[in-house]
Amino acid sequence: MQQAQAQGLPPATTGDITPEPVREGIDLIVNGERFRHTGDPLMPLLWYLRDVLRLTGTKLGDAHGEDGYDLVLVNGKAVSAIKRPMAKLVGARVTTVEGLAHADGSLHPLQQAFIDEDAIGCGYCTPGWLIAGIDLLTRKPKPTDEDIDKLPNRCRCGVQTRVRRAIKRAAGVKA
Amino acid sequence: MSTGLQFSRRRFLQVLAGTAGALVVGVGYADAEVPIPPAMLGDDFGRLGAYVRIDRDGNVLIGARDPDTGTGTATALPRIIAEELDADWTRVTVVPLGLGVEAKNGKPVWTYGHQRSGTGDSIPAAWADLRQAGALARWLITQAAARRLGIAADRLRCEAGMVVTPDGRRFPYGSLVEAAGKIDPPNAPLPLKPPQRYTLIGRPAGDVDARNIVTGQTRYALDAHYADALVAVLAQCPWPDGSLASIETAPALAIKGVVKVMPINPETDVAPGETAIAPAVAVLAENTWAALRGLAELKLEWKPGAHSAEQDSGKLEAQALALLDTDSAPTTRIRDEGDLKAASRKAARRVEATYVQPWLAHATPEPMNCLVRLDKDQATLVVPTQAPKQAWSVVQRLTGLAPDRIAIEVPRVGGGYGRRLDHDYVAEAVMLAKAVDKPVRLMWTREQGLTHDYYRSGTVHKIKAIIGRKRTLIGWDQRMASASALTGRGVAADRLWTSEVAADQLPAGLVPAYRNDWYSLASGMPRGPFRGEPHVTNAFAVESFIDEIAHTLRENPLDTRLRLLGKPRQLALPGGGMLDVGRLLNVLKLVTDRIEWKNWLHNVNGMGVACWHIDGAYVAHAIEAAVHGEKLEIVRVVCAVDVGRVINPLGLQGQVAGATLDALSNALNPAITFRNGQVQQQGFKDYPLASMAQLPNDVEVILVPNDRAPTGASFLAMPTAAPALANAVFRASAVRVRRLPMMKELLRLL
Ligand code: FES
Repeated sequence: MQQAQAQGLPPATTGDITPEPVREGIDLIVNGERFRHTGDPLMPLLWYLRDVLRLTGTKLGDAHGEDGYDLVLVNGKAVSAIKRPMAKLVGARVTTVEGLAHADGSLHPLQQAFIDEDAIGCGYCTPGWLIAGIDLLTRKPKPTDEDIDKLPNRCRCGVQTRVRRAIKRAAGVKA
Repeated sequence: MSTGLQFSRRRFLQVLAGTAGALVVGVGYADAEVPIPPAMLGDDFGRLGAYVRIDRDGNVLIGARDPDTGTGTATALPRIIAEELDADWTRVTVVPLGLGVEAKNGKPVWTYGHQRSGTGDSIPAAWADLRQAGALARWLITQAAARRLGIAADRLRCEAGMVVTPDGRRFPYGSLVEAAGKIDPPNAPLPLKPPQRYTLIGRPAGDVDARNIVTGQTRYALDAHYADALVAVLAQCPWPDGSLASIETAPALAIKGVVKVMPINPETDVAPGETAIAPAVAVLAENTWAALRGLAELKLEWKPGAHSAEQDSGKLEAQALALLDTDSAPTTRIRDEGDLKAASRKAARRVEATYVQPWLAHATPEPMNCLVRLDKDQATLVVPTQAPKQAWSVVQRLTGLAPDRIAIEVPRVGGGYGRRLDHDYVAEAVMLAKAVDKPVRLMWTREQGLTHDYYRSGTVHKIKAIIGRKRTLIGWDQRMASASALTGRGVAADRLWTSEVAADQLPAGLVPAYRNDWYSLASGMPRGPFRGEPHVTNAFAVESFIDEIAHTLRENPLDTRLRLLGKPRQLALPGGGMLDVGRLLNVLKLVTDRIEWKNWLHNVNGMGVACWHIDGAYVAHAIEAAVHGEKLEIVRVVCAVDVGRVINPLGLQGQVAGATLDALSNALNPAITFRNGQVQQQGFKDYPLASMAQLPNDVEVILVPNDRAPTGASFLAMPTAAPALANAVFRASAVRVRRLPMMKELLRLL
């Protein structure tokens, strides 16, 4: 990591500046910014986000990515970041919880609805619910209770009823 | 309103690298991504006491001393201070305080007093002293204004961050704070605000961290890092008392980025929760992915310990059932009021039932983790803990450092539920950091939280009731068997029951002849504190059993309860507590009115009710459920709580709804079982928390307005949820669930 950092930043000494050679890698867009991953192509996206980009909003969940803690949007669809190796992300557009708000700081309607409905316990599962919820609202702008029932997320603090209300509020459907 | 200061440098680095067109290859870390409380930044300007800092521009920083594990302390505690300070809440930034420790004669002195969460005492402790912290800051500011303006302090009043003179002139706190900081504080406690002047306490407030949480900016301990820290992951021995049989480290060390592979072992003669939970081999690497790849390459074999083979949850349960059936003496006779023999002679009816509840794991969302940096004479840690002082003592023991040379930061915690009152993971991280001359970030997997936990013991309750003439309950003979959570933790043998039974739990004090016996089970599986215990397991048995009594008497179970409780009165309980029967009756009435209990007999769905009290707080649940084929539908849930004064009604509603769902989730599906000393649930497929579809669509919460001193409430709504559901299921399906997990038992019996 230290070495990679030294390579990624301009040389500290003055003198001749030789252009860096182009390096092979996996190009992807994360929250609107372009990145190239030149490390292990089998590295799961989760560790690329958390360790390399230091985007730590996406959380570590279970090893199989089934409880929803590590969801991100890949080309608009909710995907488990621990199950998705970097090799499968060539040219992908990744959105993490950090990328949901607009550049001017205004929140996505679902983020705002989570605040308004107090749909937060410890908050560790919240990024995953938001991603799953946005994925659902994209597919079904007016989701039913049965649609919401299918969300994969698990929570020990018991936010489920408040998340349900938040999704309905964001969708503008009656609670 | 919470602070985002600590992240600006990281963001700067990232954006710079991204927009310069340079493709970012491992930007690397900023020097340190450890939350530094702004209160510690710069000089001490503006500090007014331990918890309050006001800047010249009027921004107010208030420290939250108790860790917030999702229980709302980071919002409630600062609002208690802000109320007495008369602060403008929109200008308040809440700062999670790290452990406050100073050294006096080589001993630690805790500068922030109470620092613990999830044990129900955060709010009562804050009520006792944090109001004074706010009052002190306000007093200093008022004195400063009085001196500057030449007006007597008692003619000035404060309002939303302003000192107001009798003729209506307003002076912002920020303009007075410099002078206020130079005034000596008084020696005597200050007068507190009368409640009718409250503008914050009793009014709803959203979580102070909400915006940072929904934007992914909140840093949990797992998200903290040092640039030079090594990531440590563990292979853990499946037997707590087992040991390493063989190991081959070369393939792991061959992975690029892996730095070291080393075994760690629990120290002998150290209490559980203060040293490693089981033998383990740590893989230390430059980043998480390398560490995990190294872990996968590790070739190792474990061997069981001397007692591993005896550990079997099925056998333990059989043993408990047998034990409660014999007339062997209990480990502790906790209560023995009245004369059971005499009651027995007057018996018109008898009811008897046995309830079996499984072992449970905490299943915390944020896995166990700890970031530790050891310098020559300083330790700096970021710990997801509910009890920073206990974390401190583990670090102190392992490092021998002076009390004030151990700094512990506690950012928001991803769930506690009692698991983080223990600090095995802190001990592990410190052991590793001592062995490498770099900081260490230890990270367990979530699955390891299932296989290596301080579990809640399985329990067996056997209760016999004696019913006299006129359907009165005249005798109650209760036996419970469990493995105490306190074994090995320095607690005398005759006090081991205190983690298993609450001395004054229902129906203590209400039945003329009442006996409660506890039988100790011996188990080598680790146990520890668990959210809501011992109330949750006991309430399930007791409140299910009261319905069974009602069924035997062919009456409405609400009537049975009302007769048992009797008239509203203050009842001194045998264990030393007080029961305000009127308040318990009130919560019962509130939930049954709301769910329209009058339809109990004819409703197509089943209705169930349960009530309980914990240290002067009262709770009742009424639940409506339907059983369609093999599917259980929880149609409606109503919960009423009476906790004394409510600090933050919105926060309390969230706690009540959350605890209800957590309790239902724990009752519906999961169970920990072990055979040959090994936990059989290796992942969340085998230990399913409730899915969205299994849970009710809503929890209707009723808060009882009350101006008594506030009590703790974070787990108050847990005990009654599962028995109210079991009682509803019985009405809906005629199946009495006497064994949890409920879904498995329902499918067996239907
Ligand atoms: S809010 Fe804590 S796990 Fe969901």
